[in-house]
Amino acid sequence: MIKFNNVTKIFEPDLTVLQDINFEANKGEFVCIVGKSGAGKTTLINLILGLEKPTSGEIFLDGKNINAINNSDLQKIRRNIGGIHQDYKLLSNKTVFENVSYIMEVEGKDQEEITEQVPKILDIVGLSERFDRFPNELSGGEQQRLAVARALINNPEIILADEPTGNLDPYNSYEVIQLLEKMNQLGKTIILSSHDREVVNKLQKRVITLDQGKIIRDEEQGRYII
Amino acid sequence: MFKNFIRILKFAFTDFLRNKGISLAAIFVLVVTVMLATCLLFFWGASDYLLLQIQNKIDITAYFKEEIQEQDIILVKDKISKSSFVKEVEYISKDQALEDFKRKYGENEVLAKALFEVGGNPFLPSLNIKTDGNPEQFKEVSDILAGENFAELIEKVDFSEKKDIINTVFSIRSSITKTGLVLGFVLIVIAIMVVFNTIKLTVSSLKEEISTMKIVGATNWFIRGPFIIQGAIYGFIAFVICFIISMMGFHFLSDKIYTILPGFNSFKYFISNIWIFILVQIIFGVGVGVISSFFAVRRHLKV
Ligand SMILES: Nc1ncnc2c1ncn2[C@@H]1O[C@H](COP(=O)(O)OP(=O)(O)O)[C@@H](O)[C@H]1O
Ligand SMILES: [Mg+2]
Repeated sequence: MIKFNNVTKIFEPDLTVLQDINFEANKGEFVCIVGKSGAGKTTLINLILGLEKPTSGEIFLDGKNINAINNSDLQKIRRNIGGIHQDYKLLSNKTVFENVSYIMEVEGKDQEEITEQVPKILDIVGLSERFDRFPNELSGGEQQRLAVARALINNPEIILADEPTGNLDPYNSYEVIQLLEKMNQLGKTIILSSHDREVVNKLQKRVITLDQGKIIRDEEQGRYII
Repeated sequence: MFKNFIRILKFAFTDFLRNKGISLAAIFVLVVTVMLATCLLFFWGASDYLLLQIQNKIDITAYFKEEIQEQDIILVKDKISKSSFVKEVEYISKDQALEDFKRKYGENEVLAKALFEVGGNPFLPSLNIKTDGNPEQFKEVSDILAGENFAELIEKVDFSEKKDIINTVFSIRSSITKTGLVLGFVLIVIAIMVVFNTIKLTVSSLKEEISTMKIVGATNWFIRGPFIIQGAIYGFIAFVICFIISMMGFHFLSDKIYTILPGFNSFKYFISNIWIFILVQIIFGVGVGVISSFFAVRRHLKV
């Protein structure tokens, strides 16, 4: 499903953030990417979305080299990815409800389905009383939960979660991780980046450990060891 | 597809209403631009009108000697008509001239008495020649008439008084219209740049939003659409405002303009050319709004 082939990313002029990254995540797999802050987790996720281009090497999604396809195909792929970004990337001019419904509108979903599904997911993440608020009127944790709702709403094949629990208390963290596990049980591929030891250890999933831009460990049912 | 279009419209109107400050600024600069275009169009029309008035007034009258026969005059008329500068030649006989005079001044006792005392018909037969109004052609025609060929027939050619006025008016007109058009054009270009930069600034403030929309997989048109529709809304509102301003302006300034340009009714001119005004205002308002938005968004879509 996702394949990194000798990927190196150097930020000009000479900051090597990722070096010779090789791994493959199969469909339905749950992969944790762990590492200290600055290890290159966010860059790795941005590479999957085509937000950054690798300096060398290729990234394949469903067999397609995402840096060699045209814009409309790339957008099609992105629609199939639910992204939870470390900086949330919410639409600041849209309300909580609209932030989620926008994703469905982009997909071309019917209005009926939107009015039915959006309240459901917002209820799940505990934002049902915040429909008409704007993102800057929410707390950090609420913004993060909105980002989660937005990533899940379209039932995407791939979920990229970049430290989705970074701003959440243990209870909410647990809820979010549970949601991701549930999606995984439904057959979705999950890439979770985290530097939260407890979360990773509890999950008992595959762990890829990044250190200074290199993969130093890649274990099934791994643990957070740095 | 239709569903997408409805959604794009919905986004456009919501964003328009949510960002009232931005919308007002954009509408304001568009109103200035459209008003400039309207004024330019109006001056163009007014100067055209002025030219037409002058052209119709530029004529030459050749008075023939009393004893010249009608058929000889007709011969001259035919000759002159062949000249390409001549628009129209009218033969006015002695009797016709007297009739015209009587009709014009019949009420005036002093003149009627004077005419009676002179006795008979004091008028000379004449040819009234209208040219295209170009001063050079005018000179050429009068040269022909004053030339040797006609010297025996023609008593006098009446043109010299008007010549100077005509020349001045022509040079004024051409320099006024030239500088006016150039100045107007420069102003409009500046105004368009101001519009473009205003819209560019507002769109830049939404740079992050645009990139997020791309990250979640929206197509370029789905992102660009609402901005373009907003540009069209700005333009349309600017058009409506300018239309009302120009309607009232031409109505209330009508008297003032009349004194500057005698015989020119600005309001009537506006009404009789209303479709051209509407077209120019819509093209400038909506056109500039839409094109500015299009280019302002384009630079942020490369995510
Ligand atoms: N756009 C960028 N330009 C230059 N350096 C960057 C850029 N993005 C990230 N970096 C650098 O790359 C390194 C890895 O960053 P990141 O991928 O965000 O790590 P992590 O998510 O693991 O904390 C950091 O040193 C960061 O400063
Ligand atoms: Mg990060």
